[in-house]
Amino acid sequence: MDKLFSGKFLFIGLVFAGLALYPLFASSYGLDLVAKIMIYAILAMSLELLVGSTGLVCFGQAAFFGIGAYIAVMLSPESESANLLWLLPASIVAAAAYALFVGALSLRTKGVYFIMVTLAFAQMAYYVVHDTKLGGGTDGIYLYFKPILGSVIDLNDAKVLYFFTWVFLVWTFVFLAILLRSHFGRVLAGIRINEQRMRASGFSTYPYKLAAFTTSGGIAGLAGFLFAVKDGFVNPEMMSWHLSGALLIMIILGGLGHLRGAIIGAFAFVFLQEFFKSSEIFGAFSKHWQLGLGFTIIACVALLPKGLVGLPEVLHKRLYGSRPRDAQVVLK
Amino acid sequence: MDLSIFLIQCLNSLQYGLLLFLVAMGLTLIFGIMGVINLAHGSFYMIGAYMAYALSPLVANAFGGGFFSVLVIGLVLAVILGYFLEWAFFSFLYDRDHLQQVLMTYGLILVFEELRSLLVGDDVHGVQPPDFLAGVIPLGDVMTYPVYRLFISAVCLLLALGMYYIFTRTRLGMMIRAGSTNREMVQSLGIDIKLLYRIVFAAGVALAAVAGMISAPVSTVYPGMGGQVLIICFVVVVIGGIGSIRGAFLAAMLIGFVDTFGKVLLPEAAGVLVYVLMALILLWKPDGLFKTS
Repeated sequence: MDKLFSGKFLFIGLVFAGLALYPLFASSYGLDLVAKIMIYAILAMSLELLVGSTGLVCFGQAAFFGIGAYIAVMLSPESESANLLWLLPASIVAAAAYALFVGALSLRTKGVYFIMVTLAFAQMAYYVVHDTKLGGGTDGIYLYFKPILGSVIDLNDAKVLYFFTWVFLVWTFVFLAILLRSHFGRVLAGIRINEQRMRASGFSTYPYKLAAFTTSGGIAGLAGFLFAVKDGFVNPEMMSWHLSGALLIMIILGGLGHLRGAIIGAFAFVFLQEFFKSSEIFGAFSKHWQLGLGFTIIACVALLPKGLVGLPEVLHKRLYGSRPRDAQVVLK
Repeated sequence: MDLSIFLIQCLNSLQYGLLLFLVAMGLTLIFGIMGVINLAHGSFYMIGAYMAYALSPLVANAFGGGFFSVLVIGLVLAVILGYFLEWAFFSFLYDRDHLQQVLMTYGLILVFEELRSLLVGDDVHGVQPPDFLAGVIPLGDVMTYPVYRLFISAVCLLLALGMYYIFTRTRLGMMIRAGSTNREMVQSLGIDIKLLYRIVFAAGVALAAVAGMISAPVSTVYPGMGGQVLIICFVVVVIGGIGSIRGAFLAAMLIGFVDTFGKVLLPEAAGVLVYVLMALILLWKPDGLFKTS
């Protein structure tokens, strides 16, 4: 157990170190791509807090992401840069506030009904920016001046933005890792495994779930802020259910129940897309990139029941036979 | 709004609701009985619509055409497809986590979309209704209503009644309902539950494909048509209560009317109305209108 434990921290440490060193030899395209994936990884971790850790399958995460992004753009002054110190918290608070509202209502339902209610509230937010003048309609809005913090941080510089995102990726991981190991995180795990029993042992589960939901929404808002600043542009598609769905796919692909699964899933999903889309490898067939992606996902489900996180275990089993631990499970 | 327009909108709502019901019925069966969250269900609708488009020239060459022969051949193909899919992709997933099924069916959506693109291309196609259904019925002095839309409603109603009969009055239906309540018990009574599941899945696929086929002449055939239907059908299934055919019927009608009249009366808010309705209903009744088991 200890070996595995240190192995996984070594792994995540190497990933973060690699990401920090990447700009040294990256093209501007690569820098932008990896920054995008890091933002998705933050967003995927926020969803992992709900799905993998608490057992609440939220199908509306894109709404919180989108609200964070829209607030960042709409509150920025037209002709100068906004101050990071208040704009970033504003985005997070707005997204968390909507999450609090949605969570307070939708947590009355369970299971698939919960999935659909969160979708419903996300779609409402989507239609507000899509069909009304409030959010610029289908065209979206541009952000001409990216936020700054005095002369210390200027997010107009792509490399500064990259490191800014990296810091928040590491921060989110550490924050959630600590949160999940705290008393609060243990209660969430208890709710995931058996909510009835948690209530029987005296925990009022509703406030815990609501707190998890709000936290998750706030982190998604942070990711939205980063995305809006990176692209300098927001449009309603950031709130569409396609993104919520893709995020769920990322964390399931990576492996539920593990924070690093969310990061691995985000990278795997986007890299697979880029791989099957690249015309250097597939030539004209790259137009049909979804075919390769689809079959890869199906193969993952068939071969890796625990997601990509379970890959070392599966390989270990293949190479050295099953471990005694697994044999016990079979006997039981 | 005068009477004839109101009447036409009512007929449109009815037709849309019945069509939704046909797709949602397959979804709620697969969902309620097998416990599989099938995101690829919209793809089956899309496959049906494309079959209506692609099969007609082939059938015309082989048998000299005929709308109903296209329908029957498409139906048979859909059943075979459903049977094969259950065997190849779903049979090993039942004891896994629900979310693994979500991932699997998401992969299937991508595969189906691309296969469609490879086989038929990415263009938008129109499908002609058969000549004997191409006419219109006069309503009032100036308004008319296409016969084909009435035909759609009739087919949907017939299929719905047929399914209801099978489900509630036959031995097969009894076994299916028992299987949804307690899989192990049914198995120990000597019923082949795997075969039963395969039948249910094939039936679900066939229903969605038939809905796609008969709606092709009114909705045109276009890439990505499955995704839209999928989400709305999940809304229907959830409002009705998972696994409840009666609930799905009521919910489909409700959505049909709200969506159609919403587009006429409140065009700015038409998109969001359905979701507001769902949120309100689920906050009022957290298990849908008709809770089963």
